[in-house]
Amino acid sequence: MLAPGFADPVHDAQATFRAVMDALARPGLPRPLTPGLTPPAPLTPELAAVALTLTDADTPVWLDAGLAAAPAVAAYLRFHTGAPLTEDPAEAAFALISDPARCPPLGAFAPGTPAYPDTSTTLVFALETITAGEGLCLTGPGIRGTARVALAPLPEGFVAQLAENRAGFPLGVDLILTAPGRVAGLPRSTVVTEA
Amino acid sequence: MSATAMPEPSGHFPSPLRGGVRGGAEGTAEFNPAPPPPPAPPRKGEESDVGASGYNFAYLDEGTKRMIRRAILKGIAVPGYQVPFASREMPMPYGWGTGGVQVTAAILGRSDVLKVIDQGADDTTNAVSIRRFFAKTSGVATTTRTTEATVIQTRHRIPETPLTEGQTLVYQVPIPEPLRYLEPRETETRQLHALAEYGAMHVKLYEDISRHGHIATTYAYPVEVAGRYVMDPSPTPKFDNPKMDDCPALQLFGAGRERRIYAVPPYTRVRSLDFEDHPFRVQEFTHPCALCGAEGVYLDEVLLDDAGKRMFVCSDTDHCEGRRADGHVGTGDAI
Repeated sequence: MLAPGFADPVHDAQATFRAVMDALARPGLPRPLTPGLTPPAPLTPELAAVALTLTDADTPVWLDAGLAAAPAVAAYLRFHTGAPLTEDPAEAAFALISDPARCPPLGAFAPGTPAYPDTSTTLVFALETITAGEGLCLTGPGIRGTARVALAPLPEGFVAQLAENRAGFPLGVDLILTAPGRVAGLPRSTVVTEA
Repeated sequence: MSATAMPEPSGHFPSPLRGGVRGGAEGTAEFNPAPPPPPAPPRKGEESDVGASGYNFAYLDEGTKRMIRRAILKGIAVPGYQVPFASREMPMPYGWGTGGVQVTAAILGRSDVLKVIDQGADDTTNAVSIRRFFAKTSGVATTTRTTEATVIQTRHRIPETPLTEGQTLVYQVPIPEPLRYLEPRETETRQLHALAEYGAMHVKLYEDISRHGHIATTYAYPVEVAGRYVMDPSPTPKFDNPKMDDCPALQLFGAGRERRIYAVPPYTRVRSLDFEDHPFRVQEFTHPCALCGAEGVYLDEVLLDDAGKRMFVCSDTDHCEGRRADGHVGTGDAI
């Protein structure tokens, strides 16, 4: 049977959006996110909450190999969001990534165009842990001085990919990072370096 | 935090600015002055908190909110860039803050406390009608106190009380494109922003200097955000520009008629354009506020009679009331 969506579609979506908005406005600072969803594995409750809050018929969604291999995930997303699923990451408005260590390079996704940099892909990661105060060094808009955040697991050479993503500003992809019970943001404007 | 009583609209000061409140009382006629009933508890399986008036929470439907929310996230990711969005018709005319209202509706939640100001005042027509609109369609608590508010919708002022990290400031924007009066074609201004080609704006400021001896732009003074996009701060007096820089609050901008949303994240560099030999300066006032004696705040000129008697008082009514409650007294003198 199909798992239910938000118990309270209006206010659960609003609470999820505000957590994501605050997360992107203050990169690297995790916000609590407890959506109370029970989506089919490997879709996590946090990934599902972001998808139900932000995607609809106007936003093609790309699923990573793990999610695409589970037909129940596609059925869940199709039913609750109506979003078209795409196999081309460069066509996606949102990309859901359940296995960050095997995420394709960030360059495979849409970076937007110089006149319309908003036509880029937003990547939503399901990480195992997000720990503030240690790990990567972040600077940029939304950050007072420097922020530190440790993310795991990450793909090989991820910091170099993020540097390349930042170098193309205002083009580039934005990252919404989720872990059990929390969400953090890494917009394209953030400069990320190894500590 | 509790909702404070909303004052009745007293007379409002007509604005000389574009997109300002031009109408009289007819704009507020449709808003019932009665206080909103408390929201009914949600029933399971039903869209929750459909207001007593039959609207979805905060008026907009969920699909529209999703579209606006996506635009807000892109705006935050690319500070100062104008994100196109599918602006809806709102139950108020363009120029009354339809962009700001849509942004506020998309972010507002049940636990928010909303403040709305119009030229710094909580009690003028535009502020009262928008505050009542959200009290009626969402049932959120409203306040006139800057320190109590979590969301502040503003038309052309930034509160004098410094904003804090938990707050979001939503601007109503008439013309979001800072280059519009220099280049009327949207196709061209898009290219100018894409190429970061802002020479024309500097020429405009230079022409001010050559004609007046100083930069004569006093409101909608262009700013550069995070070292990249030149942005219109909406027609706030340039007095408020320094408050945008490194501000702890999130700043969101909505232009309803022009269908653009943009944003300045917290702690972001916002630099007012200037020249080395003509640095940016804000307005200075020779007198303190006649009511509360405040200095270093933005003042409104109020005409008192036909003979030209006038006095200067705080534009930020909450700041002025707070100071008077703390015992500060101005001279009360007309000039």
